[in-house]
Amino acid sequence: MKAGSNLEKVFESGMFAVTAEIGPPQSANPEPLTHHAKMLKGSADAFNLTDNQTAVVRLSSIASAVIIMREGVEPVIQMTCRDRNRIALQSDLLGAAALGVKNVLCLTGDHQIFGNEKGAKNVFDFDSIVELQVFDQLRTEGKQVGGEVLKDPPRTYLGCAENPFATPYEWRVTRLAKKVAAGADFCQTQAIFDMDMFEKWMDEIRERGLDKKIHVLAGVIPMKSAGAARYMKNKVPGMIVPNHIVDRMKNAKDAKEEGIKLCVEQIEHLKTVKGVHGVHIMAVAWEEMVPKIVEMSGLLPRPIFD
Amino acid sequence: MIVAKRKPIGEIVEMVAPYKKVTVIGCRSCVAICLAGGEKEVKMLVSALKIRNKKEGRKQEIEGFVVERQCEKEWVKEVEEKILGSDLVVSMACSLGAQTIGDMYPEHLCFPGLNTGIFGVPEEQGVWSEKCVGCGDCIIHTTGGICPISRCAKSMLNGPCGGSANRKCEVNLDVDCAWAAIYDRLKLQNRLDLMEKVTPAKDWSTSHAGGRRIYMREDAKLTPHQKKGREAVQ
Amino acid sequence: MADRKPKVVGFCCEKHGMDAAVLAARTGNQFDASVRLVQVPCTGRVDGMHLLRAFEDGADSVFVLGCLEKNCYYDTGSIEGRKRVNYVKQMLTEVGIEKERLEMFNAASTNAWAFPEIVSKMVEVAKKLGPIGGGGMQ
Repeated sequence: MKAGSNLEKVFESGMFAVTAEIGPPQSANPEPLTHHAKMLKGSADAFNLTDNQTAVVRLSSIASAVIIMREGVEPVIQMTCRDRNRIALQSDLLGAAALGVKNVLCLTGDHQIFGNEKGAKNVFDFDSIVELQVFDQLRTEGKQVGGEVLKDPPRTYLGCAENPFATPYEWRVTRLAKKVAAGADFCQTQAIFDMDMFEKWMDEIRERGLDKKIHVLAGVIPMKSAGAARYMKNKVPGMIVPNHIVDRMKNAKDAKEEGIKLCVEQIEHLKTVKGVHGVHIMAVAWEEMVPKIVEMSGLLPRPIFD
Repeated sequence: MIVAKRKPIGEIVEMVAPYKKVTVIGCRSCVAICLAGGEKEVKMLVSALKIRNKKEGRKQEIEGFVVERQCEKEWVKEVEEKILGSDLVVSMACSLGAQTIGDMYPEHLCFPGLNTGIFGVPEEQGVWSEKCVGCGDCIIHTTGGICPISRCAKSMLNGPCGGSANRKCEVNLDVDCAWAAIYDRLKLQNRLDLMEKVTPAKDWSTSHAGGRRIYMREDAKLTPHQKKGREAVQ
Repeated sequence: MADRKPKVVGFCCEKHGMDAAVLAARTGNQFDASVRLVQVPCTGRVDGMHLLRAFEDGADSVFVLGCLEKNCYYDTGSIEGRKRVNYVKQMLTEVGIEKERLEMFNAASTNAWAFPEIVSKMVEVAKKLGPIGGGGMQ
């Protein structure tokens, strides 16, 4: 066991894992986090706390993690490279570990142009792969990237993200292989709408034996409307939403109901794809649907380990 | 080369407002080539400022000149009289030129008329794109000749990120994803193996992050004895 | 001051612009303004500096008249002319001068009515906005 986190235990047990996301609030009020934690407890094995996602200032990921841990819920913190240099990143990893946070997702991060602080000076001392490599060295050897060896290294379970739907497509499996080499234990993918394309990606993952080295969590997003589908299709770089999905949402009598139905179908299918070890549910602005989605997908109850 | 562009004229109008005698000094080097502060641009700015004064009924003396290369003291000295005789110099050179005037004549005001800028390459007439940020430790031989520090919005060493769509950068869809381009280039050169290994953390101490940098050629520097000799001749 | 005639300066290309002007003059058009025409081989030869100098030297409004863009005698000359006019219009706006004072027009030499229309338009602008710096007609 690298860190002994709940998520790690689920993977090790061979069970199909479930993770979901909680978006920290744009305020200093911890109440929304506590509220979501209480509502979602037991519906997933761990919950991602995003790190100033899309460069919008929010309650920090690590602080959010501690708040939800008080409700007995396991966090996955996210650490982007946009806002912090190697000194802060390594320091925050030590801090997170000291607070009992075990799961860390390493991301390069959205550029600040997308957020509400466009005049910010970005950092990008590392990219996500260097970050993984540095954190892996820190947890295994206690060694900083600058060379100094620390007493009591952090016990961390490292994750990454990967997007099978970004160009160059033929490079995306090799990119995951690099993340594996750098130390990633699990991977959450960008939301899948083009199932064929995802399965081709998984074919290559298995061909290269990567499914034996990293736990892939397939990403899904339940949609509320046809508008949401169109937005993701046209306005989000790196997302592919086939026309038949947009049409399905458009022609539905009750869009929200259809969106949930579609999401559950996707999860049921993903359960059968070899090499997929779990699902990552990103219910953006719709966290309250997660328990229902998990239940309808036959994934309740979630296991409890001592 | 260094590429700059003229400040919005409104800003320059405000800058020069309190001064009676304004001298605009351009440069025939980089900023002339990128059409920001050469002879023509100086003339046009002076004319526009005069038209403005006509509208406001304001009396102000404005003159414009160009020097060969404003970051070199010898050439700036050629217009010393003009600088000393004015209340304000507006430099239409890059900031290097503006600061050279400022350093040579510290009691005289010299304001920048341009915003500098980038190390830019002329892509086509009228378009200059940034291809270097002076990190001080060039690695383009490992990336097929394409600099990821300047051309990737996130300066990634192990790109591309997940936002690369249609080989364009998510930050600016008019810009190519540098790492998609690097991938294509390395594939063309049969050197994709360079991209397969993890590139470790970059040492940024050679970049501006490490502090203001001074480059030297020791063998080209003058000894104190030589300097004395030169001064005697001048 | 009230007797001062509006001052209009026009840059016309010799291939088409001037022909139109001559044709109009022959049909006996009159303008209640001082209209100064500057002949250029092609409006692509008009430099931003020419336009600015015209204003500096007292013009109330300035126009550039060249070939129709798809029919320029020198192929892309009037396209260049328009680019420069637009650039100077922008500069004028930035120093608080009304951009209507400067305009680009395209006409064919056989268009006898285009020229007087253009000049009338620019005389109107000159009358309405007055000289730069006041002492206007209003």
